Amino acid sequence: MSKIIKIKKGLDIKLKGKATETIVEIPMSDTYGIRPDDIKNLIPKGVIKPGAKVKAGSPLFFDKYNPDIFFTSPVSGELTEIKRGDRRKILEFVVTADKKNEYETFKQASASSLKKEEIIENLKKSGLWTKIIQRPYGIIANSNDTPKAIHISTFDSAPLSTNYNFTLKNDIDNFQEGVNILSKLTSGSLYINLDYKIKNNIFANIKNAEITNFDGPHPVGNPGIQISKLTPVNKGEIVWQVNPQDVVFIGRLFKTGKYDVSKIIALAGSEVKTPQYYKVIAGANIKSIVIDNVLSENIRYISGSVLTGTKIKRGDFLGYYDNLITVIPEGNHYDMFGWLLPGFSKYSVSRSFFTWLSPKKEYALHTNLNGGERAYVLTGEMERVFPMDILPLQLIKAILANDIDAMENLGIYEVVEEDFALCEFIDVSKTNIQDIVNKGIISMIKEMS
Amino acid sequence: MSLRKFVDKIKPNFEKGGKVHFLYSTFEAFETFLFVPNHVTKKGSHIRDSFDMKRNMVIVVMALIPTILFGMWNIGYQHGLSIGEDAGLIQNFIYGMLRLLPIIAVSYIVGLGIEFAVAQIRGHEVNEGFLVSGMLIPLIVPIDTPLWMIAIATAFAVIIGKEVFGGTGMNIVNPALLTRAFLFFAYPKKMSGDFVWIDGLSKVEGIVDGFSGATPLAQVASASTPEHLDAFHQQTSVFDMIIGITPGSIGETSFIAIMLGAILLIYTGIGSWKIMFSAFVGGALMGLLLNVFAPYADNVYMQLPFYEHLLLGGFAFGMIFMLTDPVTASQTNAGKWIYGFLAGFIAILVRVLNPAYPEGVMLAILLLNVFAPLIDYYVIQGNVKRRLKRSKVAKAK
Repeated sequence: MSKIIKIKKGLDIKLKGKATETIVEIPMSDTYGIRPDDIKNLIPKGVIKPGAKVKAGSPLFFDKYNPDIFFTSPVSGELTEIKRGDRRKILEFVVTADKKNEYETFKQASASSLKKEEIIENLKKSGLWTKIIQRPYGIIANSNDTPKAIHISTFDSAPLSTNYNFTLKNDIDNFQEGVNILSKLTSGSLYINLDYKIKNNIFANIKNAEITNFDGPHPVGNPGIQISKLTPVNKGEIVWQVNPQDVVFIGRLFKTGKYDVSKIIALAGSEVKTPQYYKVIAGANIKSIVIDNVLSENIRYISGSVLTGTKIKRGDFLGYYDNLITVIPEGNHYDMFGWLLPGFSKYSVSRSFFTWLSPKKEYALHTNLNGGERAYVLTGEMERVFPMDILPLQLIKAILANDIDAMENLGIYEVVEEDFALCEFIDVSKTNIQDIVNKGIISMIKEMS
Repeated sequence: MSLRKFVDKIKPNFEKGGKVHFLYSTFEAFETFLFVPNHVTKKGSHIRDSFDMKRNMVIVVMALIPTILFGMWNIGYQHGLSIGEDAGLIQNFIYGMLRLLPIIAVSYIVGLGIEFAVAQIRGHEVNEGFLVSGMLIPLIVPIDTPLWMIAIATAFAVIIGKEVFGGTGMNIVNPALLTRAFLFFAYPKKMSGDFVWIDGLSKVEGIVDGFSGATPLAQVASASTPEHLDAFHQQTSVFDMIIGITPGSIGETSFIAIMLGAILLIYTGIGSWKIMFSAFVGGALMGLLLNVFAPYADNVYMQLPFYEHLLLGGFAFGMIFMLTDPVTASQTNAGKWIYGFLAGFIAILVRVLNPAYPEGVMLAILLLNVFAPLIDYYVIQGNVKRRLKRSKVAKAK
């Protein structure tokens, strides 16, 4: 019997529009794209010029400071545009698909016959190295490091998130192969972390890994929480994390020699007519997925979850690491005496509203801030949704003061932005906490390099 | 024309380039009072909790309503006792209301006036913090305090106690309590003694012969023999203390009204139950200790049963409404236990063993406000040390 770790602090926000477990096949999108902004701490340098032909797996760009880490095209076709913004910052690489699905060929071999160096080289060339994320900081891993552990959280506990037990059930062999490959890269163990609530978990019988069950409210599915319970990151230590979907891609690469990033993603949210799953290729234009499956005009498209995702427009591309599109109403309206009236239909963790009267009700939350930005006044609130032995408010204040020593002492190595998403959700002072944490992490990276 | 349309119509005048742009913060304060603004999230969490600072503050004000209402009635009732007339429930209440409302008005006008002006100068939004402070101030002063004193003290507390530190969220001591401390040290005659607690008593006109306006604590403090204490108990029962039919600062006398507020604060999670609970434990423990040592000392005050300490004076009001101010309290959960306990403990210690004045709650809370960052410092260092230790264990492996 595998271990069970229970988490008490946290919050499950019940939202309307959970995707039903049906998979829809849709025609390929005309264009595919990668936004360098989806990748933290990256300065992209183009490899090829617009007009060049590419296959799935052909390099598009690399990181200026890690020139051997490539980002590759998800489909075959032509690189049609490199969109730039202010000061010629690269916003998007756009590939127009030829819909022939031609692939570059990479090394094809089983884990047992490969050396660590060969694995790393194959991953870097194919573009899949970019899917391995290191702690601290939540940036792309450095291939010279040997992590003390690798973690794969097989579930996402954020509201309306993708159920990997459903989307990866036909890919479990590829997943196992990916685990075999990755487990060769760590000096310690590879950890597979399961959602205790799911019966007959498809990931429960994976070999070559340590299996742990996690139980509790969101953020229990965040790798950061799981790492802090199993192999906490001390100063100078490195732990890697990989999303289960990306483990499948790695497995496919070594089994077939192809960079095949087709996947099943969820379209969810209260403004979606029929929330369900779609078979797509990474980087697809969301217009090809959403089509007219939305209820109104005044809506927000989010690549990722409502807590951590990126605001995108219809016509933008699915985020580099995202397996979910959420559509919720915009909250750009005034609410007369909203702060004073009882507000029976409003959602709040605090008992100052009547949410507690109907614990099972699902809400259609919008994007209004529900108040003005203020100094931090209340205390003890964030601790209720932050299941690590870290003082969240004190860490945030250390970051605001840009006090590197204090940040280090208070545990910046153990956290990334998403771990603070619930703190931001409940924050009465309406500050952008994930953005603050991001600034702290960036200044730590600068300080330490 | 709907109100929203009207607001949208006049809004351009206040915005950059408008005729009265210098009044933007004021306009915004009124606009956001009427409407939760249409601001949406830009990055990070796309959805946000409905709870905001305005609602937080208004709930604290709601928690104060029982003490306000009781205080109004008690002003009238105590006044009636002093002149030997009982006018009846409604009359007493109306009398008290008419006496209290001017104090509330002065406190709000002076305090909010300064808040608006400072927000204007700094170009900030107006903070909601004073909505609570402005209601606390009238409740912790004696009824006979002249309005001009309240105005000066409020101005002092808001400017020196809060705005110089950067406004709500940055202050070190509770602004409402600083108002009282200012009055206490600047005008001691108006803040202590036997004449200030009942309306009209300081004028000494038409007062019933032999009537004393001393607060229960003043009576106990002046007791020189155990017989005096017995006499006090015959005059004031525990029931009176719980209901609050005694002279005292306007909002502090009724234990039960304060507890109604406490229930709301604890239930909504706005007031820290950890602080309240540990403060009562601290106070009770100090009271018990004093009871134990009372036979060996000639201070009769030490003989007052420990539970009466919790019912009398400003203890309950201070520990529920003022000690829990999140800005000036300990900010860490572990720190809250220590902070609350010490406040209760020291309040009773000062109350009984300081010969000059029969009450110690105000000074204890101010003291702990100042010490709260130190308590937090040690709690935070504890967290840091745990992390360092874990790191060393990992390295040793």
